[in-house]
Amino acid sequence: MLAVPGRHRSLTLLAIIMVAQILLLAIQIKREQDVRLIRVWAVAVVTPFQRAGNYVVGGVRNAWGGYVDLRHIRKENQELRAENDRLKLRLSEADGRAAEATRLAALLEFRDAKPELKSLPARVIGSSAVASSRVILLNRGEKDGVRRDMAVITPDGVVGKIIEAFPDTSQVLVLTDKESGVGALLETSRTQGVVNGLGEAILALNYVAPFQAVQVGERILTSGLDRVFPKDLPVGTVLSVEQGNPFQKIRVTPAARLDRLEEVLILLAVPGALPARSSKGTSPAGQPATKNP
Amino acid sequence: MSMAFHAQAETHIEVYRFYPGAVPGTAFLAVVLQVSLPLYIPQATLLALPMLITLYFGLSRRNPSNGLLLGTGIGLFQDGVSRLPFGLYGIANTVVGFLASSIGARLDVEHAFSRLALAFGFYHFHQVIYATTKWLILAQPEDFFSKRLLIASLVNAVIAVPLFKLLDRFRRA
Repeated sequence: MLAVPGRHRSLTLLAIIMVAQILLLAIQIKREQDVRLIRVWAVAVVTPFQRAGNYVVGGVRNAWGGYVDLRHIRKENQELRAENDRLKLRLSEADGRAAEATRLAALLEFRDAKPELKSLPARVIGSSAVASSRVILLNRGEKDGVRRDMAVITPDGVVGKIIEAFPDTSQVLVLTDKESGVGALLETSRTQGVVNGLGEAILALNYVAPFQAVQVGERILTSGLDRVFPKDLPVGTVLSVEQGNPFQKIRVTPAARLDRLEEVLILLAVPGALPARSSKGTSPAGQPATKNP
Repeated sequence: MSMAFHAQAETHIEVYRFYPGAVPGTAFLAVVLQVSLPLYIPQATLLALPMLITLYFGLSRRNPSNGLLLGTGIGLFQDGVSRLPFGLYGIANTVVGFLASSIGARLDVEHAFSRLALAFGFYHFHQVIYATTKWLILAQPEDFFSKRLLIASLVNAVIAVPLFKLLDRFRRA
């Protein structure tokens, strides 16, 4: 029982009676859309609490969802990173294949352009382990018809010659090796000489007389006199010229990209070339091979 | 929640007692006359007999609790017979009964002039409560003051003097 002070009892009763009659009116009265006023008030009273509850629940739900989503996103991020790495690798491989296809297309075009040169495409599968030696290993060997002293070229220019032919592979002495050499001539003056390797990236055109005119930038082609390389194949470009005694000191930039060899052509048959030797040191005809310059 | 609303527990002065049945009988008669007289006398619509009865007994008994309960009963009954929403006159008469009872001990309510003035003032007060309730809850317009209301208040004030005198006869000695 609630003890209400005497002076407040009548006021309390008044308030109760008034509220009761107001509610009584609200039950009877219909406002817009034929909705009873009591219902309008009830909704109006409950709505703020519903909104507050919805706000709190929504906040908690969003926070939890955000946490869970964050974890999922982190995991997804890791997966996407891994997939990105895989795709990058695949892209790199695809780019490599595309470049290879371009190179092979160039080789094929060269072969088609020079049908008189019977050539065999080969891929560089290794290089010499010794820095002083410029030797590469090809994936073609005697089984493919490869023999010693066969010329190796690219569509860009001369690469070198076969020095060893194994059953399935062969070694090539690249033009930049000190032991390498190719008969050459200047494109413009037709002055002949020999291009030798220096054991570095550039070559040297030797045996050019001092009075011979040599221009920087002048192209150097194969002379064909070595009977290994066919004539008029690009060898390089004159890089520098110095007068010397008894011969000029001419430095040459190789035409072929000898530091980035991937696919090459092995010339199996060159008109007028020396007979190629097998691994036993004899030519297919059984005669000993002559020494190249 | 239980509250005791006995007269003895209230801090009030109940001066007059009435014969049994006088209060409810008078209230009933007032409401009946209020809805019946206009059928024969159109000008009777100016009367506010239920309000006057509520005012009289409130001033006489000077018990706020009983006064507001009486006003509630009279007002709800008036709503019922008038085919108005229950609570419209109920709220107005409740407040009149409470206020009349509250000031009954502070004013001389026996003098004719005071009765005249109180009836005049409470009529307008009653109309304000009624109009406010109708405006807020029913969303219907109602005059707070008009020429007709002024005339009605004067009529009721004049009628209140002899009416209250007549009702004094039902007081118990």
